[in-house]
Amino acid sequence: MAINRDYLGRTFPAAAPYEVSRVKIAEFADAIGDPNPLYRDRAAAQAAGYADVIAPPTFAIVISMAGSAQAVADPGLGLNYAMVVHGEQRFEYSRQIMAGDVVTAQATISDIKEAGRNVLMTTQTQIRTVDGEHVCTAHSTLVERGGAA
Amino acid sequence: MTASVGYGEVKEGAELAPASYPATRLSLVKYCGASGDFNVIHWNERIAKAVGLPNVIAHGMFTMAQAGRYVTDWAGPGAAVVDFGVRFSSPVVVPDDDTGATIEVSGTVEEKLDGNRVVLALTARSGEAKVLTRARAVVRLP
Repeated sequence: MAINRDYLGRTFPAAAPYEVSRVKIAEFADAIGDPNPLYRDRAAAQAAGYADVIAPPTFAIVISMAGSAQAVADPGLGLNYAMVVHGEQRFEYSRQIMAGDVVTAQATISDIKEAGRNVLMTTQTQIRTVDGEHVCTAHSTLVERGGAA
Repeated sequence: MTASVGYGEVKEGAELAPASYPATRLSLVKYCGASGDFNVIHWNERIAKAVGLPNVIAHGMFTMAQAGRYVTDWAGPGAAVVDFGVRFSSPVVVPDDDTGATIEVSGTVEEKLDGNRVVLALTARSGEAKVLTRARAVVRLP
């Protein structure tokens, strides 16, 4: 099944608000093997000028995936997830994500194109606090291998 | 973690000391749980091979996280990453053994920008493969 091109430009409903916790940040930092105290120790984060522990830069993917999942999991899109690999990723940050943030992620399919036998789909996901403050824009390109065959 | 790098001390073209990070099957299982990305190609060798991959592969985001750690370790606690982008050019193949794979990251100061920002150009390799290309981080230094 091919990716449905009618989905190009579509914006999906924002995922339910995500509450960033110290525990989740520490779990993520452990999983990437990063011992940085800014991700675990509130006093260290405050010494660096933050109100609370901050998240590693790529933690934004946890939140943006909740938004892009609204697209990826849409059966009408026709993405074969077992054939998907990550092609490109970019984050533009207005500020660091930190414990206590309550944020939403809203994804738009910004590009669908073929490259050889593969299909490349790019989503742009806006991460904002529930008060509307922009935190990060995530651009994710997924490659469906053989999707153009 | 070292002290923060000051913008004034940084020179364009400077090479950063390379660093190596491990990626084992356990790393990937932990990353699945922490990230919520349970794509079978990151933990199921049978399905990974059935869909044409050499073996289980690391999440691209796990590899990007190692490059992120490289940047934040270099920049120190007073710095902020303001833009970070990569292309995943080859998968990090993670064998089912005690060693797993190694991700080697290196970088150079590509450019100094206004507002105390510097652009780092990064490379990441695993074995013979270049696993990240067009990898750039813009960091605002104290």
